Amino acid sequence: MSALYQAAAVAQTGEALIRWDWVMRHDERIRALFLDHVELTAIPVLLGLAIAFPLSLSAVRWPRLYAPLLAGTGLLFTIPSLALFVLLLPFTGLSRTTAIIPLTLYTLLVLTRNIVEGFRGVSDDVSEAAEAMGYTRPRRLVNVELPLALPVIIAGVRIATVTTVGLVTVTAVIGQGGLGRLFLEGLRFRDTTPLLVGVAGCIVLAVLADLALLAAERHMTPWTRRARS
Amino acid sequence: MEFLVDAAAWFRDPHNWQGSNGVPARVLEHLYYSGVATLIALGLALPVGLFSGHTGRGGALAINVANIGRALPTFGLIILAVIMMGLGDLPIFIALVAFAIPPVLTNSYAGIRAVDPDIRDAAEGVGMTGWQVLWHLEVPVALPLILAGIRTSAVQVVATATLAAYAGSGGLGRYIVNGFAVRDFPQIFAGALLVALLAVLIELVFGRLQALVVSEGLAARTAQANADAKMTSAAA
Amino acid sequence: MITFESVTKRFPDGTVAVDDLTLEIPAGEVVVFVGPSGCGKTTTLRMINRMVEPSSGRITVDGQDALAMAPPQLRRRIGYVIQQIGLFPHRTVADNIATVPTLLGWDKRRKEERTAELMHLVGLPEEAARRYPHQLSGGQRQRVGVARALAVDPPIMLMDEPFGAVDPIVRARLQEEFLRLQAEVRKTIAFVTHDIDEAIRMGDRIAIFAQGGALQQYDTPRDLLSDPVNLFVEEFLGEERGLKRLALIGVSEVTAETGPVVSPDDRGRRALEVARSHGTDWVVVVRDSGKLEGWASLHELSDDQRVDEGEIRPFALQVDAGDSLRAALNAMVMSHTGVAVRVSEGGVYEGILTQELISKEIR
Repeated sequence: MSALYQAAAVAQTGEALIRWDWVMRHDERIRALFLDHVELTAIPVLLGLAIAFPLSLSAVRWPRLYAPLLAGTGLLFTIPSLALFVLLLPFTGLSRTTAIIPLTLYTLLVLTRNIVEGFRGVSDDVSEAAEAMGYTRPRRLVNVELPLALPVIIAGVRIATVTTVGLVTVTAVIGQGGLGRLFLEGLRFRDTTPLLVGVAGCIVLAVLADLALLAAERHMTPWTRRARS
Repeated sequence: MEFLVDAAAWFRDPHNWQGSNGVPARVLEHLYYSGVATLIALGLALPVGLFSGHTGRGGALAINVANIGRALPTFGLIILAVIMMGLGDLPIFIALVAFAIPPVLTNSYAGIRAVDPDIRDAAEGVGMTGWQVLWHLEVPVALPLILAGIRTSAVQVVATATLAAYAGSGGLGRYIVNGFAVRDFPQIFAGALLVALLAVLIELVFGRLQALVVSEGLAARTAQANADAKMTSAAA
Repeated sequence: MITFESVTKRFPDGTVAVDDLTLEIPAGEVVVFVGPSGCGKTTTLRMINRMVEPSSGRITVDGQDALAMAPPQLRRRIGYVIQQIGLFPHRTVADNIATVPTLLGWDKRRKEERTAELMHLVGLPEEAARRYPHQLSGGQRQRVGVARALAVDPPIMLMDEPFGAVDPIVRARLQEEFLRLQAEVRKTIAFVTHDIDEAIRMGDRIAIFAQGGALQQYDTPRDLLSDPVNLFVEEFLGEERGLKRLALIGVSEVTAETGPVVSPDDRGRRALEVARSHGTDWVVVVRDSGKLEGWASLHELSDDQRVDEGEIRPFALQVDAGDSLRAALNAMVMSHTGVAVRVSEGGVYEGILTQELISKEIR
């Protein structure tokens, strides 16, 4: 109970929660950390896509690969991020790479799953018609199946992105972290302001990224709009 | 490769297996945090999820709680909780439970919802009451997804509990936190290894449980359900 | 022209889908593959464009060995229409139709012109071009499918139950339009259906397959109906084989009888004579101009009365030179007189068709 009283006490002295003067003094830094966070989110997702695509397409082509692929990427996902970052330290030191590799690996599960499900979701009739019209396999994949798989694939990218935004904060422990550095600062000085700024920043980034991807998807798939008729 | 030798030495050092900072103590601590938090989360989320799925109401909440959970930075919120509520177990448990809820809630809801309405219809037609339909029909059929949700939640909690060490809790995360503080690399590495093993172990144990409990006919759905369920966790 | 030479298809699990088929589809004709499910008709069709590869045998398309060409190149010269159509949901109607032209690298203007031409041909309104498939009705989608298949004017078309997914009324209309189109363009068409009536309606020739992929008979519809080679074919053709044959024989192919004709101003006495000489108890009333008025029953005429002072009833149905004997039989059954009356376009009386006449034709 005492903890709750303490929380209430802190909340009552309103200014103790967020000191806006602190925010304004550090706004440059906050902005820089935000951008750093964006980079640390974007790179793993893009790398993840680059790795997941060939793996997923193989699983579409040879279905027996799917279960092991899910199991493997799933197992990676199970390992707590802090542990994975640390385990990589002896190999890549306190560098950006140590952050990026595990972050990328964590995206693989959802990206693989959604890319495979996306392609599997393309109606057989459509694939068959495309083949019968004389599309070569690669052209068919890119021109017919990929656009139709896009909604599911992008849904996966959205999940991967939002998840990565949260995971990036843990990399503060190994010297990276983006907005996560504010968490360590808040911890060190027992100061809620940097913490709240960091949390708010993460949420804002996650929401913005999600909406941006959603908008991109809508833009790329005009046929899914059921507006006119 | 030298670090492997150092890490091995750490494990061979008997001091690291005794006392309140020894491996057994820390593992038990970690399991204590994880277990209690998971059970509380189950107690809160499972009834809500099952009921929501059965009646069809509150679906928006059940689905979106996972989306919201995913967007919240676990690390930051744990530290925030501790700072606002002081040291001690309560803030930590609040944070652990909060993050453990979404996978259970979302997956049990989704699992019940996914039961073929025709089957439900047939059950009611035979004269089963709502309660009976839930217990004897919906839950068994939704079991792969429900268990997948619980499994994901448990693994998630293990990860979150690791981070909680930064906020002052015990458990295996302490090795990592303390190790960084005194630059004792073998300790850091050992901690990470133990955490990773524990998480994988929990995953596999639940896997076994799932295989035993879920009926043969639903086996195929289990694999898919597991992958899907992982997506509802916040990842830590 | 398409030829099959001893073509067999055996699947890995041992089932024989097509059994030693040798068949020639003449250029410019519609050949229908028909049979119960499991008879290999669709597999046979799909070997032509190599969606299925034959286990043995040779297939030639327009004189060239189909197996020697690269499948994509072969397929771009063959139109393919399937039941579920398979329109690309992510492309507009216009883009769907222009699929093969795009693959072949046509320029934009040529594609636009051709698309407009095809849409007109299959009866789609202009504004449909910018719509997406999900915004169209089933019948419209079918038409887009056909237009797409015709885009590069391929000499050969493969059609697998193309009209199966729509309701009977739309189907009948699509079949009619197809026949009209084919009369114009005269493509070499292989058509698959499980419906024997559709086969008889659409095909210049029909190939009937039995389960296990063995060809039973390959003939024109008429010959098939008049001379089925075995019990299987007989049963497949159905019990109303005779009626089906009638549907294939035109009214113009039989000579109508003159019939018991009177003018409206003839007296009842005259009508009685005429009727007696024909052995009927009714007469056909035809004006001096030649136009048909109707018929009159003897029982309602008195000797001195003029025919047009009594009741002249119209015939329930009339047939003209374009109708089939089946329609004539139908008209016969519908009329109190028991005969079918034949008229010209302008309503000029051309004679009557009797049951004896029709029976003679079937025998």
